[in-house]
Amino acid sequence: MSFPRTVSAAQLRGLKVALFAACLVPFVMTVLAVFGVAGFSLGANPVEELIHRNGLWGLRFLLITLAITPLRRMTGMLWLVRLRRMFGLFAFFYVVVHFLCYAVIDQRLALGPIIEDVIERPYITLGMTGLLLLVPLAVTSTNGMVRKLGSRWQKLHRLVYVVAVLGVWHFWWQVKEDIREPALYAAILALLLGYRLLYATHKHQQRSVDPVGSHSRP
Amino acid sequence: MARPRIPSIRSSEITDEKVFLNRRQFLQAAGFAAVGAAAAVATSGRVWATQERKLASFPDLSESPFSTDETPNSWEDVTTYNNFYEFGTGKDDPHVNARDFQPKPWDVEIGGECSKPGVVGFEDLVKPHTPEERIYRLRCVEAWSMVIPWVGIPLGDVLKRFEPTSKARYVRFTTLLDRARMPGQRWPILSWPYVEGLRMDEAMHPLTILAIGVYGKELPNQNGAPLRLVVPWKYGFKSIKSIVRIDFTEDQPVSSWHRAAPHEYGFYANVNPDVDHPRWSQARERRIGAGLFEEKQPTLMYNGYGDQVAQLYKSMDLKKNY
Repeated sequence: MSFPRTVSAAQLRGLKVALFAACLVPFVMTVLAVFGVAGFSLGANPVEELIHRNGLWGLRFLLITLAITPLRRMTGMLWLVRLRRMFGLFAFFYVVVHFLCYAVIDQRLALGPIIEDVIERPYITLGMTGLLLLVPLAVTSTNGMVRKLGSRWQKLHRLVYVVAVLGVWHFWWQVKEDIREPALYAAILALLLGYRLLYATHKHQQRSVDPVGSHSRP
Repeated sequence: MARPRIPSIRSSEITDEKVFLNRRQFLQAAGFAAVGAAAAVATSGRVWATQERKLASFPDLSESPFSTDETPNSWEDVTTYNNFYEFGTGKDDPHVNARDFQPKPWDVEIGGECSKPGVVGFEDLVKPHTPEERIYRLRCVEAWSMVIPWVGIPLGDVLKRFEPTSKARYVRFTTLLDRARMPGQRWPILSWPYVEGLRMDEAMHPLTILAIGVYGKELPNQNGAPLRLVVPWKYGFKSIKSIVRIDFTEDQPVSSWHRAAPHEYGFYANVNPDVDHPRWSQARERRIGAGLFEEKQPTLMYNGYGDQVAQLYKSMDLKKNY
């Protein structure tokens, strides 16, 4: 299998449309299940199912977003970065739906119990922190904001690492005893972050070797 | 210094499990035929093919004053939304993974501090008692609830037959341990086999039943076939399923959930809206089947059975004895 190093603008546009539709599939299936259409169902505990399902998709899209950079570097498909914003925004979308299902349907916007949850239940504290940290990333995701913020944009968007850790942690602390599923997400996240760490130290070493080389030249 | 290792021999290495089970099934079947005691319950559940069992109905069930008049959950809710980690940790795992489970023949071993210990077949354990319908609320520790029309026999009446001694202060229950038939036991999520316990007065309480059916039929596998405990004023995890051992003990048994997370799950586990789980509130509960837009309802002290059971705990600090 070969990886196309470049794609045309038309190809990229087509790919984006297809991926956009694909990313919406979980949402469409959920809507069908809410109305019990086409055999889709939310099961016996629909509120919990809605919350869990959207939360999981938020987490999955976060990990997909974080997989773009390693994938680019490993395959040489640099254009993949052009898809990253969409994945990131879908992560935000599903996390927001996750939160809305909790706040509106489960808690019926009762501010007291929600605040109590955020303060007293550590896993909800983690989740809420992650959600709030995602907001500035979503807001500054436009081309205009990228240009305006310049090098600060990248610094700001490193927050996504924190958000992903909070998301997995939130999931881990929510389960009762069977930690296999959150452990899988944690392992994937560890790989994605570990890759970056290795890459950074490797680049740092290369950089610190280079000057020595140039000094030794006559 | 190295200690001498004692070689561990699994029971399955000694006797081939299938041979063992087949032989037992054959003997039991022969026995039934000979005696002609082919009661509807005994035969109809014994399907040889590996498919979903046909569940026999109980012909006439007496009603109970302990039943709630709330509307029971649907058969589908009761049999597809289950916590039974022996068959998987997802709510919809048990009804799929337990489909081919064969709960008969089934023996229960009764032991510990009693005058008449022994191994009793399921039919013999149940036969002397009249099954009743008990429509109970079930409140899960995960803050959801159902109303379930159990078929059961009072546990106290069963226990008395084994003549517990004065040393018997608690009763310990143990679920079947069988990795081949209960695939969830292949992962050490809890320390298998599942163990639960009651104080003697809780076990003898008239509300406490051994359930052998639901909705007028035998228990489906995913609900704890062939017999399980139901203690309606305690969180659901106390109501241990597929029981193979009952022991009278002097010391308080260590239950599986308590062993796994002692700060989250106590021995008593009485439903109590004022004592939260460390990670979530227990003040309200979501009634399964109420629909997407139904509000949670307030959780009642002792799950609404306070009039019957509150006196059991009158001198206890319920925050400490959660």
